[in-house]
Amino acid sequence: MNEVTRDIVLRRHMEGPIVSPIVHVCIRGLVPFIQIVGLYVYFHGHYSPGGGFQGGVLMAASIILLRMSLGLADSQAVMPNRLPIPLAAVGALIYAGTGLFAMVAGGSYLDYGFLPIPGLEPAMLRNLGILMIELGVTLCVMSTIISIYDNLLGS
Amino acid sequence: MKAIRILALAAFSAVMMVAVVHLPPKGDPHSPANRVENVLKGPVAGAYYIQNSYPDAKTPNMVTVILADYRGFDTLGETVVVFAGGVACLYLLRRRTA
Repeated sequence: MNEVTRDIVLRRHMEGPIVSPIVHVCIRGLVPFIQIVGLYVYFHGHYSPGGGFQGGVLMAASIILLRMSLGLADSQAVMPNRLPIPLAAVGALIYAGTGLFAMVAGGSYLDYGFLPIPGLEPAMLRNLGILMIELGVTLCVMSTIISIYDNLLGS
Repeated sequence: MKAIRILALAAFSAVMMVAVVHLPPKGDPHSPANRVENVLKGPVAGAYYIQNSYPDAKTPNMVTVILADYRGFDTLGETVVVFAGGVACLYLLRRRTA
């Protein structure tokens, strides 16, 4: 197989769906579990290794698996082509906005102890603030990776 | 030329071996990294984090507290870098529909 044919074959595998029921069934079973593990890694960053970056990469891996097996057109329902970049911006804004909220409420930038949520002591507020910024990181990393994959396909 | 390279490599490896042998053991309270006070009697960041990360943020994972709370601004920068990389890829790679 020379280089041009290999290129064409690779391209077809990246763009078009893989027509094999075995692959489809396996991927459809696998994707929800990968996403659950991704959410687990994100939420469990407080207690074990993990957090926003790792959870985001896992979520992106599940979507990319769908893109590879179902093809670009059929996986639009899960994650439309236009969504990733705005989502990444939203993620970065959640992070910066949490910091701004704390600053408006009287603390310094990113000082989660001052977040305006009533009925919680500052230490719990910090716990919550960490969870919020990790949500921003997760969204940003996930959508950035998906967007790079989509752009490599030339969509 | 090759002999010199091998000699230099051997010399560097010898230095590394000696350095590794003389590293303090894990968790040694007297090693410089685990001091509570530095030579100028000021506080050391590592000891402060170890003692205060749980009371400050009620989060058992010390690394998360340092990354997201004490050093939150740094992580904000990392996130923005990831986002900027994504946008740069968008403009470099997207196929124009002209």
